[in-house]
Amino acid sequence: MKINVNGKLHEVDVAAEMPLLWVLRDELNIKGPKFGCGIAQCRACTVHLNGRPVASCSYPVSAVGDAQVPTVEGLGTPEAMSIVQSAWVAHQVAQCGYCQSGQIMTATALLSGNNNPSDEQIDTAMSANLCRCGTYPKIRAAIKTAAKNIRQIDRLPIVDVTLVKDKHHE
Amino acid sequence: MSKLGTITRRTFLFGSVAIAGGVGFGYYKYKQPIDNPLKNDLADGGSALTPYVLIDQNGISIIAPRAEMGQGVQTTLAALVAEELDVTLEQVNVLHGPASSAYLNTAVLEEVLPFSSIDTGAMANGARKFVHVPAKFLGLQITGGSSSIADAYEKMRVAGAAARTILIKAAAQKLGVAESSLKTENGMVIGAAGQVLSYLELASTSATIEADSELVLKPQSEWKILGKSQNRIDIPAKSTGTAEYGIDVDLPNMMYASIRVNPNLGAPINSFNSGKAEGMQGVKKVLAIDNGAAVIATNTWYAFKAVNAIEFDWAQASYPRDTAAHLKAVEDSFTSEHQDSQFRKDGDVDAALETADEVISAEYRVPYLPHAPLEPMNATAWLRDGKLDVWAGTQIPTQAVKEAIKITGLDESNIKIHTTLIGGSFGRRLEMDYIIQAIKVAVGMPDTPVKLTWTREEDMTHDNYRPIGMARFQAVVGDKGPIAIDLQLACGSVNTSQMGRIDIPMAGPDISIVQAAWDQPYAVENFRVTGYRTKNIFPISSWRSVGASQNGFFHESMMDEIAHSKGLDPMQMRIDLITHEPSRKVLMAVAEMSDWGTTLPEGHARGVAFSLSFGVPAAEVIEIAIIDGKVKILKAFAAVDVGTAMDPNNVKSQVMGGLNFGLAAAMTGDINIKDGQVQETNFHQYRSMRFYQAPAVEVRVLENGDRVRGIGEPGTPPAAPALANAIFAATGKRIRELPLSKHIDFI
Repeated sequence: MKINVNGKLHEVDVAAEMPLLWVLRDELNIKGPKFGCGIAQCRACTVHLNGRPVASCSYPVSAVGDAQVPTVEGLGTPEAMSIVQSAWVAHQVAQCGYCQSGQIMTATALLSGNNNPSDEQIDTAMSANLCRCGTYPKIRAAIKTAAKNIRQIDRLPIVDVTLVKDKHHE
Repeated sequence: MSKLGTITRRTFLFGSVAIAGGVGFGYYKYKQPIDNPLKNDLADGGSALTPYVLIDQNGISIIAPRAEMGQGVQTTLAALVAEELDVTLEQVNVLHGPASSAYLNTAVLEEVLPFSSIDTGAMANGARKFVHVPAKFLGLQITGGSSSIADAYEKMRVAGAAARTILIKAAAQKLGVAESSLKTENGMVIGAAGQVLSYLELASTSATIEADSELVLKPQSEWKILGKSQNRIDIPAKSTGTAEYGIDVDLPNMMYASIRVNPNLGAPINSFNSGKAEGMQGVKKVLAIDNGAAVIATNTWYAFKAVNAIEFDWAQASYPRDTAAHLKAVEDSFTSEHQDSQFRKDGDVDAALETADEVISAEYRVPYLPHAPLEPMNATAWLRDGKLDVWAGTQIPTQAVKEAIKITGLDESNIKIHTTLIGGSFGRRLEMDYIIQAIKVAVGMPDTPVKLTWTREEDMTHDNYRPIGMARFQAVVGDKGPIAIDLQLACGSVNTSQMGRIDIPMAGPDISIVQAAWDQPYAVENFRVTGYRTKNIFPISSWRSVGASQNGFFHESMMDEIAHSKGLDPMQMRIDLITHEPSRKVLMAVAEMSDWGTTLPEGHARGVAFSLSFGVPAAEVIEIAIIDGKVKILKAFAAVDVGTAMDPNNVKSQVMGGLNFGLAAAMTGDINIKDGQVQETNFHQYRSMRFYQAPAVEVRVLENGDRVRGIGEPGTPPAAPALANAIFAATGKRIRELPLSKHIDFI
């Protein structure tokens, strides 16, 4: 079957029920999404599907279909980070960092639809993502900085082609 | 993959600097200089100036030989060298480097001594120096005990200074000028006439030069990097999905494995039937390994599916089969024959208790806890051509070498441990189980690199846990505070359980049983702290802050009970009792930060706790609100004293993280045993702190202490008691058991 990750089409030959996470990690060597629990309880594996954050560990690859799959690698690179990623660096959020790909993907999805989220909206959006190092206060601060930067420059927070396109078509 | 792996063998000798300490001990072997392990793998023209500085075609590299598991250690260790070498952090690569006893940690053993960490008397200091001798013989390259910075503070600055003097000498030779006319700046040697030589140009000239035996370190007033907050070197990669953890290792034609081991911990298997598993998609091989079986497949998920399809007949373990029986074993160990230590015995406690009009007393308990780092246990091993390579996130790479020798029979020179970034540890990766398994998988699948990944279920149910424990106290309280305290603590011995698994015998009392209880700087006329050792019946291990993780809760809940029994302010009582000035100041600081004593809205309350652990006094105040009978944690304030803060923002981050780690466990952390097996299998059952539950955290870093201290752990111990004390202040309900969720609900 074919799968479109970060704007690139890949042919994969795997069991239809294989979770998207393991197609990304072990078949395509896309290692940003992390394995933490396998049952959508930690969300370290979060990717986007149709603009929404999805736990790829619990999402069968066969259900992806033609949808674009942006991963954290699709947002930006160390040399050219997305606004959200830059805010993560500015606030020195990461400790072990293992959950942060998922946190950034969830935050990016939140900010794509809401460039000025309240604390309650941030709570609601972020509470499925587990962090064992306890970086939550810095994640909140980084989301607020990213939101502010998005509002100031009046454009979308991410370098994600599908979302940019969708937004422009609205 | 580590850059060191790509460096080809050297062709000529390089100058070296022996940076080992140990003068004055009279042990011949101890006094021998330490070999520089970087010299085994140097490229032509490269120079390994010290075991910590490598200059080759990749530029300047600093070896930061401690595991980066989130504590920012690699940035701060690199800063120690960079400060003296006169380079910026942006100019250097930072590598973990090879497993080598050259990178032994001498400071870590200081914590096992029966001296308070703030005792600077001759006997305590003498003992601290003395443990550096066995530390060197053990050659343990270990990350733990919040010891990395204290251990490296002098030796890595010396390494930077030594490398700098070598480069100056090389430049002097090259330019034909006096060394004294040269200075260094940003990776360059600069001459009086404006000549500029980069360190890279000087690498090969520096090869045969020895550093001065007397090195002068910069005074603190001249520091450009140390003492200032740095951008952590690992954060850009961790924010873009490009950081490589053990689980991300990728090798040519790699296979993927998973394992199931008997959940009756330590017990063998009677038999297993892998017929179904062997026929499943992607499966290449099934191997019997230790007390379980591993499946090797073409994808981790195929391996997970297949290993779960194996039918096992597990043997039962010999330990008691449910949590209640484990607790009973702890309860039964409050007897003289189980007495392990009595390091504190001030005044005459028995007389004070006997003659008192009123004695208050209580009993406390804490559960087993898992480390549950977010990256499950994993390791990759590749055995080919008589050589073994292992990639693993480990806190003891030198021990991984020993395990590899035992399993493969290979010579140490044919074994390479590549220490990767670690997705959380909290003490879990001091264990060797997952590495041993990966090496055995590699032996069963030679010539093929295989990555072994545990399922979360395997990880949660096959940990080595923070011990279940109990405390009992009796106290006589006067108008100004405690007159007598008898504190009794019981749990298993973490030191013998943990070190036993790596073949290091631990004799004498286990100080972790009484850590952060016997040594607290409170002046109480009659004060006795007794440790009782419960027989080790279950695998237990260091869990962020070790014995302080439970004793902080016991001791500081007790102090709160003592204060409230006479209507004393629990903050002021502590401040009045404290004998150690830096400790008093962290309490004063946290009182000010939290507006202690001011009136809060209805249903809100504050709790305070103080713990001195790993030499760091830490005071925390938690502010909560009770909403519809449930607890909402609103704010947390912490003040710590690390002596000298190498990186103030990173210190704050570690305190914030340590505090939240403590709160997470205090709220809901619980591991239960039923039918001989751990019942909590994943994060739906082992509940950890969620985003909406995390308080706003404010941290203040003080620098009144006598020497540089590490901060990975000290933020954790006061969190649980500060929260429990806040709940008492809000509700009048004294909760004497963790997790608190057994007795009150959290929002």
